[in-house]
Amino acid sequence: MRWLLLGLLCLTTGLTPAKEAPPAADDPVLEQRLMRLASELRCLVCQNETLADSRADLAADLRSQIRDQMKAGRSDEEITTWLTQRYGDFVLYRPPVKSTTVLLWFGPFVLLVAGIAWLLVYLQRRRAVAPQLSADDHARAQALLRDADSGAPEPDRPGV
Amino acid sequence: MKSLRFILPLLVFAVLLLFLWTGLSLKPHEIPSPLIDKPAPTFELARLDDPTKTVSERQLHGQVWLLNVWASWCVSCMQEHPVLVELAKTGVVPIYGLDYKDKRADALAWLGKHGNPYTVSISDPEGRVGIDYGVYGVPETYVIDRAGVIRYKQIGPVTPELLSEAILPLVRKLQAS
Amino acid sequence: MIPELGHFALIVALCIACVQAVVPLMGAQRGDPAWMALARPAAQGQFVFIAIAFGCLAWSFVSNDFSVLNVANNSNSTLPLRYRFAATWGSHEGSLLLWVFMLALWMTAVSVFSRHLPAPMVARILSVMAVVSVGFLLFLLFTSNPFERLLPPAADGRDLNPLLQDPGMVVHPPMLYMGYVGFSVAFAFAVAALIGGRLDATWARWSRPWTTMAWAFLTVGITLGSGWAYYVLGWGGWWFWDPVENASFMPWLAGTALIHSLAVTEKRGGFKIWTVLLAIIAFSLSLLGTFLVRSGVLTSVHAFATDPRRGVFILAFLAIVIGSSLALFAWRAPKVGLGGAFALVSRESALLVNNVLLLVAAAAVLLGTLYPLFLDALGLGKISVGPPYFESVFVPLMTPAVFLMGIGPLARWKQDAPLDLLVRLKWAFGVAVATAILLPLTLGRWTPLLGLGVLLAIWVIGSGFVNLRERLVQVRAATGPGVRALPQLPRGYWGMLLAHFGVGVFILGVTLVRGYEVEKDVRMNIGDTVATGGYQFRLDGLSEVKGPNYEATRGVFSVTRGTRTVATLNPEKRLYTVQQMPMTIAAIDTGLTRDLYLSLGEPLPGGAWVVRVYHKPFVDWIWGGAFLMALGGVIALTDRRYRLARRERAPGAEPVAAAAAQGTR
Repeated sequence: MRWLLLGLLCLTTGLTPAKEAPPAADDPVLEQRLMRLASELRCLVCQNETLADSRADLAADLRSQIRDQMKAGRSDEEITTWLTQRYGDFVLYRPPVKSTTVLLWFGPFVLLVAGIAWLLVYLQRRRAVAPQLSADDHARAQALLRDADSGAPEPDRPGV
Repeated sequence: MKSLRFILPLLVFAVLLLFLWTGLSLKPHEIPSPLIDKPAPTFELARLDDPTKTVSERQLHGQVWLLNVWASWCVSCMQEHPVLVELAKTGVVPIYGLDYKDKRADALAWLGKHGNPYTVSISDPEGRVGIDYGVYGVPETYVIDRAGVIRYKQIGPVTPELLSEAILPLVRKLQAS
Repeated sequence: MIPELGHFALIVALCIACVQAVVPLMGAQRGDPAWMALARPAAQGQFVFIAIAFGCLAWSFVSNDFSVLNVANNSNSTLPLRYRFAATWGSHEGSLLLWVFMLALWMTAVSVFSRHLPAPMVARILSVMAVVSVGFLLFLLFTSNPFERLLPPAADGRDLNPLLQDPGMVVHPPMLYMGYVGFSVAFAFAVAALIGGRLDATWARWSRPWTTMAWAFLTVGITLGSGWAYYVLGWGGWWFWDPVENASFMPWLAGTALIHSLAVTEKRGGFKIWTVLLAIIAFSLSLLGTFLVRSGVLTSVHAFATDPRRGVFILAFLAIVIGSSLALFAWRAPKVGLGGAFALVSRESALLVNNVLLLVAAAAVLLGTLYPLFLDALGLGKISVGPPYFESVFVPLMTPAVFLMGIGPLARWKQDAPLDLLVRLKWAFGVAVATAILLPLTLGRWTPLLGLGVLLAIWVIGSGFVNLRERLVQVRAATGPGVRALPQLPRGYWGMLLAHFGVGVFILGVTLVRGYEVEKDVRMNIGDTVATGGYQFRLDGLSEVKGPNYEATRGVFSVTRGTRTVATLNPEKRLYTVQQMPMTIAAIDTGLTRDLYLSLGEPLPGGAWVVRVYHKPFVDWIWGGAFLMALGGVIALTDRRYRLARRERAPGAEPVAAAAAQGTR
């Protein structure tokens, strides 16, 4: 009896092939496109999560709607327009470039250019007013350097 | 001129402070509706009481009406429901209900238990019409004018203060035109 | 009794802080040694009482005292011990107490390790820190009392948020706060210098190790947070440009500019105004972060439960502390004077550009984080600013800075020749370009962004090696043969090399994981396999397990590569019973060159599960690189010149002698 059962067991496990797991989505390529788009969209009911990551009901509903629209052949742009018509720009994590967001998108670069421009002007001006040593000071400096070389407290290593 | 630039950080900070101070009285969670002053999205949905019949928003042209998004599973809806029931009794403005992502039996039972302020309630079991209206939470209430244009959206429960200060004056104004 | 003791201890600490904020400062102004001498014992006294308060709250948590409101809201009797302890700082009130505790810790450290500093400076520094402490203690006692009682006591607590029931919760906040709060020391040094009117290389030498230590802690804190998010959130993300994350990143950027600026002030006496301003900015950004996280003005998963009343208090505090320090800056900075001149091409100018770039980057992050608030406040509608914005702006801003990292350490002080630099770096550049072209191709895919990332990373690493080789040649030439060169290089130098190397490793990790990670979402039954990245994953079994305060479904996966078994992974889908909150616990096989990341999705009808499998190449280099940065900082601040034995100081000794007489250990 034991042998019969054992044989049966071997037979059944042998007969059940370990299969390659199918993708969770029906259309993995579409799903990837959906997730890519959804990762730039905001979940409206969450505390700052993307539509791709959120597990909220509304997020699932919206993802389902987006999936249907993608299957129907709509472009990413059309889908985002569809969403902003209903929920406003709030739903976009990439803020559109509008008159109200010009400062946002170009501000940092304007600041950078201004910063570098100031830098160049400043460096030019500094070179022009480099302090000049008088002859006396020069002599004093030489004397101090000589002392330093002869065993006073160790100065910094150059270039550290 | 030279010492003026050292005051710049302080000035920038002062401006920032002003914005942060204003920010304390804002509500970052509330999403304003982009549909204000735009035509109400079309729908044709089955009535809650009689699923064989449908209601479309076109049928409601010519009158000022409220669209109240509710559900039997919604806790905050309990807060505003008595207010809506009272409003319905006055007959000032018809209230149409959008039963959002709900089961018919649960919805009917809930209305039976808490009162039915709705002229008609329609079922949106998948929430698609809700999405068209930009619904992201329950309850929400819209004021729609005679031409079918959305004029106001209330996010969250309707309170007596909101009714008297914001919704009813608008309704009266729209009804007069 | 214990909570009341803690509450009382906080009140005593507040009184001490008030005295410490006023008396030593006035003593420094008046030259009164007795008043100045009050600073150290006051700081230490504050620490004692705040430690008592902290201990009382921790005890209440550990002993399950549900008559304390905070414990009832954030803990539970089934919560394991280490999380009951960590729950002490799991709430707004508790984390504020942690903040204040860290501040007291830093104050005590300053009071102990400052024997070499002149008394007026110590007095001013500790007074300034005490002012900050007064603000936070007032905030605690008046709006956020962690010892508030709940009577009658709850039968049991509402449990700590399951997302926080993790070792990350034990280490991340303390490290992070050590960093945030540590910048108060740099801030205090700067304000003390502005008040006292003495801002020179010596001041920079005193301030530098403190600043670097705070920066290292902040680096570690941010890195721990990122790593924690990676393995706890279930989908392998590690940075979201969330407002609270940005709130910690901005002080880090300013702090990085500060430690580099301090280098110039210490070595060349230059950049004094920059350094002082950066010290004020770094700590101001820390305080701003505290405001943003607790006031409700921004939406974030990390934000604490909000209360506008608290927001008003913190804002007032911000206005006072930052406003007065910037006003002091506006008044006193013009008198500080300039350091030595330097040419357009020199190490100073490279570091100056670095300052500008890092500050602009911090400003860009601030702009992006607060822009929705700006628009809303002006009635211009509501928008969201998320990762797409930050990445588009941050990467172009940081690219030149990273490029400079190769040039700056090689450039000579005061003046250098651009052509000479180019020649010295040509090999590093060549290797970087070659790797940038070849490496992506060998890994399977080339895009401009991938090329740029690899280029920058190899450039930083390569130029580091060029630097080291040149330096060794220099040292051997100076000391002659027969003396080993490597040990003669100061720790400051090794720290710098290691930290910069860490940046290269970090950039490489980010680039490669972004470019080459593979995700597969599959439906698995027991016995099914999925292959990715050369590995096979087989679902061997599913079981129901019970934890101390949760129930879970655990998957058993075996991972093989060819015939060799690589790992057994056990991802879980947990339901925490008290809050009824589901959690996905990913299983990760960590490796030097890749992570294998497995998480359970949703159960499907029929016993199958949706499973997410990730192959993430080089992802641990992200945190490895960041830890190397922090380690570099720590090594640098143990440099000999900060540890020289104290020498006798003759009255009226010049700054050089005073600088040599460091007393630490």
